Amino acid sequence: MPEHIVRSYDDELSDLSQKIAEMGGLAEQQVADSVVALARHDGELAQRIITADQRIDRLQHQVEEAAILMIAKRQPMALDLREIMAAIHIANDLERVGDLAKNTAKRVFAVESHFAAQRLVAGVEHIAELSLAQLKRVLDAYADRDLAAARDVWERDDEIDAMYTSLFRELLTYMMEDPRNITFCTHLLFCAKNIERIGDHATNIAETVHFLISGVPLTEERPKKDDSSTTSVEYARS
Amino acid sequence: MSEAAIATITPTPAVAARSFEAAKDKVSVRDLRFYYGDTLALKGITLALETRKVTAFIGPSGCGKSTLLRVLNRMYDLYPNQRAEGEVMLDGENILSPRQDLNLLRARVGMVFQKPTPFPMSIFDNIAFGIQLYERLPRSEIADRVEAALTRAALWSEVKDKLRASGLSLSGGQQQRLCIARTIAARPEVVLFDEPCSALDPISTSKIEELIDELKSDYTIAIVTHNMQQAARVSDYTAFMYLGELVEFGETAKMFMAPADKRTQDYITGRFG
Repeated sequence: MPEHIVRSYDDELSDLSQKIAEMGGLAEQQVADSVVALARHDGELAQRIITADQRIDRLQHQVEEAAILMIAKRQPMALDLREIMAAIHIANDLERVGDLAKNTAKRVFAVESHFAAQRLVAGVEHIAELSLAQLKRVLDAYADRDLAAARDVWERDDEIDAMYTSLFRELLTYMMEDPRNITFCTHLLFCAKNIERIGDHATNIAETVHFLISGVPLTEERPKKDDSSTTSVEYARS
Repeated sequence: MSEAAIATITPTPAVAARSFEAAKDKVSVRDLRFYYGDTLALKGITLALETRKVTAFIGPSGCGKSTLLRVLNRMYDLYPNQRAEGEVMLDGENILSPRQDLNLLRARVGMVFQKPTPFPMSIFDNIAFGIQLYERLPRSEIADRVEAALTRAALWSEVKDKLRASGLSLSGGQQQRLCIARTIAARPEVVLFDEPCSALDPISTSKIEELIDELKSDYTIAIVTHNMQQAARVSDYTAFMYLGELVEFGETAKMFMAPADKRTQDYITGRFG
């Protein structure tokens, strides 16, 4: 891509994508840490995650301000306009990802050590691995302006959904088995939901990246396997 | 009505489809080449101006956009050594034909220029003069036409109490609207705007843009502009020209959001040269 005649315009645009890259790195770290904190019952780590979320929020404000100023100043067109709109959208998604990680971290304090913990937490960890991989791939797709990679991320969210639905069933079963499991399982369910949503934000970003590169929105029906909103488990009567 | 619907009610669908096309496009340019002496300034342009739509022409200086506009009402005929080859169909008739009546053509295809060009006469006469070039009308009817044209050009309320004042006494923006009134008083079918706002302040520019929006319900409009945002705001279709060629032509929203050609993208995003 040749440079703009006005060089400061290029500087502003590259500043914007650098901020997104920085936000992306932070968000990935926060999500990974939140799952570690949950698995290890690490309250100190959880507290650090909660504090660090402010950095993501601040970056999002900076991206938004810079983008609005550029729109006012440069009246961007075509690729430039898509660049700036993409930065606003992605910053939004990443800020939400940060919030979800923070929410998971907060639950570390509420979740007591529990007999079934290891097995169930492993399920959450597994979803987290998938979500994080999606997030990483889509941030790479943004950095490399890789259309095929963005599309790939967009098509792969169904794995996370399917896994979330299966964990949802499992937790439901535990809760019915023994009411003392309910508090623990509910918190864990919310954590799993947080992480599943992070996957959704990754697909949002994939859509944004696709539009950024091609100028064409991704409109086809995306494969969906999250059936948790229609899932029920029969109460076992003895 | 869709083409398919027309096909079912007419026995000759092929002909019906063609006349449908003709009604859709007011002006259609085919393989137009234009020469300034030996210099080829337009290298085979093919495009159409859709009826009652605004088509914008953008491109760097010297790309041929103003030349193209000047072909559409054969303004170039005023100058020796300038000639056009190819076809420019206005309602299906080739206006490049030597048999074309130029006065009639310029009544049908009006033009507004970069700098306001009011005649050194009263506001009223500026408009009346334009009408009388093409028609003989009783005095009272002329007064009606003058009022109608000034109203249409959104100038009436500002000048109705000083119709005898000189056209040159108006502000630049008012002068430009006076010129638009003069053009539409002749009841054209197509109006060509050659950078109509380049000499105007932002408020006057907004008024002209509002006016273009208004006028497109009755006229087919072509506008040449250096202001990309203006093209994006006022037009339905945009043509990007470069070095005498039509690089890209399409719906304005598409052209400015996701142009297909790299040269278009480079130009509209300010990466050219």
